[in-house]
Amino acid sequence: MKTDIILAGVGGQGILSIASVIGIAALKNTLQVKQSETHGMSQRGGAVLSHMRISDKPIYSDLIPKGEADLILSVEPMESLRYLPFLAKEGYIVTNTAPFLNIPNYPQLDEVLKKLNTLERTVLFNADELAANIGSKLASNMVILGAATPFLNHINYESIQNGIVELFSKKGDDIININLMALQIGMEIANKVLD
Amino acid sequence: MQKVLLGVEAIAQGAIDGGISGVYAYPGTPSTEITEYIQNNKYAIEKKIHCKWSANEKTAMEAALGMSYAGKKALTCMKHVGLNVAADSFMNAAITGVNGGMVVAVADDPSMHSSQNEQDSRYYGKFAQIPTLEPSDQQEAYDMAYYGFQISEKFGVPVLLRITTRLAHSRSVVELNEKLAENNVSLPKNPRQFVLLPNFARIQYQKLIANQKNFIEASNNSKYNRYVDGENKSIGIVACGIAFNYLMENYPDGCPYPIAKISQYPISRKYVKRLSEETDKIVVLEEGYPIIEELLKGILEKENVSGRLDGTLPRIGELTPDSVAKALNLPTKYGWDIPEIIENRLPALCVGCGHHDVYKAMNIAIATYGDGRVFSDIGCYALGALEPYNSINTCVDMGASITMAKGAADAGLIPALSVIGDSTFTHSGITGLLDAVIENTPITIIISDNESTSMTGGQESSAKGKIEDICLALGVEIEHLHVINPVKKNHEELVSMIKKELAYNGVSVIIPRRICVQKNRRDVKLRKVNISNTKKK
Repeated sequence: MKTDIILAGVGGQGILSIASVIGIAALKNTLQVKQSETHGMSQRGGAVLSHMRISDKPIYSDLIPKGEADLILSVEPMESLRYLPFLAKEGYIVTNTAPFLNIPNYPQLDEVLKKLNTLERTVLFNADELAANIGSKLASNMVILGAATPFLNHINYESIQNGIVELFSKKGDDIININLMALQIGMEIANKVLD
Repeated sequence: MQKVLLGVEAIAQGAIDGGISGVYAYPGTPSTEITEYIQNNKYAIEKKIHCKWSANEKTAMEAALGMSYAGKKALTCMKHVGLNVAADSFMNAAITGVNGGMVVAVADDPSMHSSQNEQDSRYYGKFAQIPTLEPSDQQEAYDMAYYGFQISEKFGVPVLLRITTRLAHSRSVVELNEKLAENNVSLPKNPRQFVLLPNFARIQYQKLIANQKNFIEASNNSKYNRYVDGENKSIGIVACGIAFNYLMENYPDGCPYPIAKISQYPISRKYVKRLSEETDKIVVLEEGYPIIEELLKGILEKENVSGRLDGTLPRIGELTPDSVAKALNLPTKYGWDIPEIIENRLPALCVGCGHHDVYKAMNIAIATYGDGRVFSDIGCYALGALEPYNSINTCVDMGASITMAKGAADAGLIPALSVIGDSTFTHSGITGLLDAVIENTPITIIISDNESTSMTGGQESSAKGKIEDICLALGVEIEHLHVINPVKKNHEELVSMIKKELAYNGVSVIIPRRICVQKNRRDVKLRKVNISNTKKK
C-alpha cells in the first residue's frame, strides 16, 4: 500500500510544515517515507513543490512518476493546477481557494476555480478564511492538512494530531491548540464533501 | 539509531559520526545545509568542531587541506560551480595527498534549479584522478561520508563525494553508525609531501599514478558497486548514483535485465566487462553529463551503447522515473495537461528589500547613457534582470561584475556599472576591484549591502562591517566611496550620487546598506528567544 502526494504552494506558505507533520506520523506508524522539497532560489516567492511518498514497502524514487499521485494537496489554487500531469486518473485535488497574489499576471480567479470545478475529484474551500475565523491566518496550512487526512490511507487522524503536537512542541500550548483546531475544521469539511 | 535526514544532512551526520574536526564551506544551493546541520548539531557544538563559513570555496578547500596536513579529518563542501573556484586547491590536493582524511562534498544542480550551469563534478574526480563516491540514496550519502574518511586515509588522497539536487533535498530514514573519535594532531611522515616544488611534485604525482590501480581495485570490491544479474540479456544497464532508484522504481519486483550499479569511481572494469560480454547492448543511466556513456562508447563506437548522447534519454536536465521508463520502452502514465491559464511564478525580490530601491535609483541615473552597461553578479539582486526593473545585463560567476565592467570599460564602454552583493564582494570581488584601482578604470561599483548571504538563506556575510575598510585599503579614493541607506526618502540622493560617480573618470564605490528583510526577521526572532532564555535562567 502506498500513498503519493504532491504538495504545492508558494514559498513561505508552510507546505514544508505540512510535509513534516505527515512525515512524523508516517514514521510513528513504521512506514517508509521519502520527501523531496524545493530549496534555494525558488523560495523567494516562487512556486514550491514537495513530492511526498509513503509506503509499507521500500520506496525507490524520490520523485513521484507522472500520473501516479494519489493526491495533490495545495495551499494555493493556481499552484494545484500546475502539477496536474502528476495526478493519477483516480486521484484527488485538495486545495485552498484563496489565491496568493505576488505576480502581476495572475489569471482571473474565476477561471482558475472554473478549471478546478471541471475536475471530478476535488475538495475546494477557502482555508485562509476558516483559519482567520479561529484567530490565526497562519494556521491555514493545517486546515488544508486536515482536509487531506481522509486520503492518508494507513495513517489515522490521531497520528496526524500527534504529529502536530510534536512539530509545534517548542511553540507552546496555544499554538498547538490552534493548529489542532485548524486540522479538525479541515477534516470535517473534507468529510462533508466526500459524503 | 535512526534519523530522518535530507541527503545533505545525511552527509553532515556521516561526517560528524566519522570523526571530523572541522567543516569548511561557502554557502551554495544545494550544498548549504551540510554545513548548517553541523553548525546546529549539539554533539558538534560540544566537540567544538570547526564550522564557521569561509570567505569562498577556495579558502575553504585550503583550510580543509591544512587541517588534514595537521593530521585531523576535515570536510569541505560546496556547490558544483564552487568547485571551479576551489579547483586550483582541489587539483593540487590530489597531488599532495592527505594526512588526516579529507572529503570534498560537492552538490551538482542538474536542471539548474538554482544555478547558472549543470556541470558534472564527476569530471573533476576523473580530472584529479581520485576516488569519487556518488550515493544513490540518503543511507548511502550517510555511509559514504562516514567511510569516505577511511578511504581517504587508506589511500592517502582526498575523496570526492558527489550528490545532485534531488538527493540533496529529499529526506528519508537513515540508520546511524557509532561515532568515531577525532584524530590527534600529527605531522605528515614525509616532510616534503606538501611541498609541491617541481622536483617533489613529480614524486607525488608518480605516487598518485601508481595508486590508480588501487582505486580501480577498490571500485571492483566496493560495497556501493554491485552486479545484479537478470534473465533478459538483450540489454545491460549501467545505473549510476540516483539513477539506480529511478530504474528500480520502474521494476519494483526486480529488473529483468542485468544491472551494473555504480556508486564508486573510477568505474569498476569488472562489472562493465561482464555487462558487455553477456548482453546485446548497454544503456547508461547517469544523472548529469554522459561521462560513462561516452567512455564506453568511445570514438570508434565498437560497443552498442545508448543513453543521453543518442537521445534514448534527454541530453540535458535531471533524470526522472518517467524519462528512465521511456528509455527502456516501458509504458508511462500521465494525469492532465497543465491548463493554459497557469502563469509562471518566478522568484522575485522580497517586499521591502533594499535591492528594489537600488534598482529604482540606478535605472534613472543611468538612463541618459543608454542600455547595456550594467554588469551584475550572483545573488538575490540578479533578480533585477527580470520585470519590472530589467536593470542588469550580465550575471556570470561570483565576482564577474567588477572584472567584466572593467574589461568593457577598457573596450570603450564608458561608464560601465557593476552591481555586486556584500558577500559576493568578499568572495571574489576584492581582487577585481584591485585591478580596477591599479588602472583607475572608469567604473562605478555598487555594492548592494544587505549584511547577509541571502539567496542561500541568510548566512553571516564575511563582509559585515569591513567593506569600507577593504575598499580604502585597496586604494579607492575616499571622495569616491559612499555609504547610503537605500530607503524611499533617500531616493533622490541615491540617484544624484550614482549620476555624479558615473560622470567621474575613475573608480567609484557606492554602498547602499540596509539589512536583508528576511535576515532581519530571523535575527529579531533569535533575539526574542535569547531574551526569554536569559529570563528563564
